[in-house]
Amino acid sequence: MMLTLFEFIPPSLDYLLLAPFLVVLGTACLGILVEAFVPRKPRFIVQLVLAVLGLIMALVLIVWNWGSPNLADPWSDVIISGTVMIDGPTMAFWALLFGFGLLAIILFAERNLHAGATSFTSSAASVPGSNAETEAADAGLVHTEVFPLAIFALSGAGLLVAANDLLVLFIGLEILSLPLYVMVGLARHRRVVSQEASLKYFLLGAMASAILLFGVAFLFGHTGSFDYAALSRGVTFSFGDSLLLAGIALIGVGLLFKIGAVPFHSWVPDVYQGAPTPVTAFMSVCTKTAAVAAFLRLFYAGLGGMRLTWQPVLAGVAILTILVGSIIAINQMDIKRVLAYSAVSHAGFILVPLVGAATLTSGMMPGTASSVASIMFYLVAYGFAALGAFAIVTLVRSQGREVTDLAAWAGIGKRDPVIAVIFLIFLLSMAGIPLTAGFVGKYIAFVAAWQGGYWWLAMAGVLGAIIAVYIYVRVVQIMFFKDPDGPTATITQAGPATWIVMILCVIGTVAFGIVPGPLLDLLQSVSTFILPAGS
Amino acid sequence: MMFPFLSVLALIPAITAIVVALVKPTLSRYVGLVGALISLFYTIGVLVFVKVSSVLIAESLPWLPAVGSAYSLNLDGMGVVMVAVTVLLVPAVLVAEWHTGMGETGRYSSKTFVALVLLVSSFSLFTFMTFDLLLFYVFFEATLIPMYFLIGGWGGVKRGQAAAKFLLFGLAGGLIMLFGVIGTSVLSARAGTLSLDFIHLGQLNLNQTWVTHMIFICFFVAFALKAPMVPAHIWLPDAAEETTPGGAALMVGILDKLGTFGMIRICIGIFPEEAQWATPVILILALISIFYGAFAAIGSKNLMRLIAYTSISHFGFMVMCIFAMTSQSISGSIFYMVNHALATGALYLVIGYMIARRGSANVNDFGGIIKVAPLAAGFTLVAGLACCSLPGTSPFVSEFMAIAGTWSHYPVIAAIAIPGTVLAAVYILWMYQRMMTGPVTEATRKHITTDLSWRERLALIPLVVAFLVLGFYPQPVLNEIAPTTEYYMTSAGVTDPEAKIEEGR
Repeated sequence: MMLTLFEFIPPSLDYLLLAPFLVVLGTACLGILVEAFVPRKPRFIVQLVLAVLGLIMALVLIVWNWGSPNLADPWSDVIISGTVMIDGPTMAFWALLFGFGLLAIILFAERNLHAGATSFTSSAASVPGSNAETEAADAGLVHTEVFPLAIFALSGAGLLVAANDLLVLFIGLEILSLPLYVMVGLARHRRVVSQEASLKYFLLGAMASAILLFGVAFLFGHTGSFDYAALSRGVTFSFGDSLLLAGIALIGVGLLFKIGAVPFHSWVPDVYQGAPTPVTAFMSVCTKTAAVAAFLRLFYAGLGGMRLTWQPVLAGVAILTILVGSIIAINQMDIKRVLAYSAVSHAGFILVPLVGAATLTSGMMPGTASSVASIMFYLVAYGFAALGAFAIVTLVRSQGREVTDLAAWAGIGKRDPVIAVIFLIFLLSMAGIPLTAGFVGKYIAFVAAWQGGYWWLAMAGVLGAIIAVYIYVRVVQIMFFKDPDGPTATITQAGPATWIVMILCVIGTVAFGIVPGPLLDLLQSVSTFILPAGS
Repeated sequence: MMFPFLSVLALIPAITAIVVALVKPTLSRYVGLVGALISLFYTIGVLVFVKVSSVLIAESLPWLPAVGSAYSLNLDGMGVVMVAVTVLLVPAVLVAEWHTGMGETGRYSSKTFVALVLLVSSFSLFTFMTFDLLLFYVFFEATLIPMYFLIGGWGGVKRGQAAAKFLLFGLAGGLIMLFGVIGTSVLSARAGTLSLDFIHLGQLNLNQTWVTHMIFICFFVAFALKAPMVPAHIWLPDAAEETTPGGAALMVGILDKLGTFGMIRICIGIFPEEAQWATPVILILALISIFYGAFAAIGSKNLMRLIAYTSISHFGFMVMCIFAMTSQSISGSIFYMVNHALATGALYLVIGYMIARRGSANVNDFGGIIKVAPLAAGFTLVAGLACCSLPGTSPFVSEFMAIAGTWSHYPVIAAIAIPGTVLAAVYILWMYQRMMTGPVTEATRKHITTDLSWRERLALIPLVVAFLVLGFYPQPVLNEIAPTTEYYMTSAGVTDPEAKIEEGR
């Protein structure tokens, strides 16, 4: 093994397979150049077009690569000396990330709601409430940097998803996180809250990264390699090694933090509430997807041999996450916090099939939904519902500002039935009511857990879902059947950007609820993690 | 490929609901009614066509192959009668609630009301016709959402809370059932083939273990919440009290039947041994429901609650004879579901007319109506007597079959249940006496100025005619049900007890 350090092996790069990721990274870099060289006036539109085109091109390349024979063959997948793995799950998660990322970035561009300005502050550097801030707003300045920042975050997420090496995992995580810290602090209104959220997210996120890095060091100490394949070989014969266990625990904490699982969830409500709502939408879907994907690959492919050790612990985390998320969400009076805690409970529901680990290698019946496929489906369902819900939150306003206080939402179902019914569809999907994608997601998630032998976890999940239902019923009650007392909010006329997102999310939620079969089969066909045997 | 008769049958109301949502508010009620009538005549046409040509109209398409679920529709005898009663009740409800949402009675317009009624009907029709466990679950749950808005949108002051209670109970029951569905699919996968088809699941020879017991309990609890059995009934009186009479007729007449329907389809059809294991407890619970419902009905002042409690008593009878598991009692139970929908539906509608006139649902606010509105009193009497199973009305036939069937297996239980029928006479006749007879009170003279209009009569007549005709000539329906009963008896592996005394030989 030591010899390989001195031999130079030229990394094999399959550029076509890597292309979706490279295109996204390239788009982000181009965005920086646009920021520097394009004049202020057309800059916004150039940035938007560049971002949208870049992501669409990445999606087209993913479709192009989908049938690639290389995906099926483990030997030709060794990319950059095995540090990055382009296999079925990577392609699927890239499609999810870049697709939902695209929708969220379209939301960034909504300018009808603030009399021609975006949801972002005109001058992030000015002191809140100062003259500089007012001047910047009056001058109509726009922070167009959010577009390259979001794309950088997406490229980090893409790297994280494909990481087959502990260091690449860490690098991907940081590329994902650093732009987010900035984006969270850019809200146009209630800037102090936004900046506080940003600082909080940064401090806790940095802490989590440090813990993760510590875990990486431990695992390196145990196996002598950063590579997942070496890790997988290393764990097979060493149950109970304290170095190994500590490493797994610390890396797990770092990733669970990003997923937003209890007890590492405390940042979620504050950050979701403080961030500009389009950024919240972006984070709630993309960060979770990327972190779950990285977690899956590390724990299934790299640490699959330690399954019996980490399963019970994660089962506890899953139950705790569902319960804490659902119960605390019930008495929140702010819609963004309700959705934040609901996101926490969804993290718990995602962990349920993850713990079940129903895969072909663990004795699952062929042809049935595996854990990975059901998690992917759940993320699709959740992504549509969460993005759509946050898109609607941006519309509910009073005197030009977003109103997130639920008391002011009373009677919206009467005042604007169309938007209220769309919101209802997203809430029903999150609650897991049939004929929406959310139901199918929950169903196959619980089936996968039971297939993996964790029937009691499925039962706990079902009980948790009963509690979680109340979160959404309460919001529906307020919207449709409560008479307003006190100030009320109204629905602002949305521009085309928000409408595009809302309509696509409704179509996704309903279509995958009524005809889920093809999508599930597709995900099923790309749900096996490949671990290169000889790198 | 064959014309998808059954899909179209269930989709007609749903498509009408969409059209109703798109047309002008003034037109919406007419469009809705026309759609409901098309659905009625189309159903009759399909049933006649099937009888005449004996074509197989089952449909099956893969829906979610990864979990073994298929979009599979079929009609057996039980399905036929429930579909028929659904398409008959829906136009009656629409006609009876013609003015709902027009004035200040509701938060939302009549357009929304019509669309929601049609959605409830569409989802119920799917549930009655599906032969796939997951699909059954999907539509079973989906009915809750439009019904929730029906309760919350129109009716009494506290309707919002009542609707929330209805939805939370419904969803809780649904999720408990979901656990059962998941468990059944895993058992099916372990048994070799992953399929959620009812026939396939019925043929699985599952050994009784604590797992199958647990799954059975999940299903039973979910269905007991739906066809409310004491102690899981508490949502029904509240929901019935706050909603509109038409909504209540739909809820008690159709939606709650999904519970007893599911007990036969799933509890008896898939888990017969577990059902026998649990029978003693279930029979006791059924008896408690019979008497609790009857006494609570006698004691209630609110008419809507009163009828809801009578239904709890009737559901007790249905559950009792389902689990008595003789061919007579199961047939009786299926027939009971039809008759109860007709009789209670009619009773809700006619009482609703009176409540709308009087502006109060308190039974003591009425009196002497027979003198000012004889027709209304007459309809109330007929529907009420049908509810307490007077001979000549169809509920009599089913109640007789139910008790006789139960008697041959469980004479003691049947004997205890018989006084329940006497109590039924008490609550119905006492209600009638307080409302309709006696001197004409001041309030009655002031509020009840008109007898039933032609529209109001039109809604009632089909229901009344149906239960009278079936009371004298139940054979067609019983013939339709018989093969279903036989199927469930065979699949459960039980036979009727031998008659001990044979006379005339």
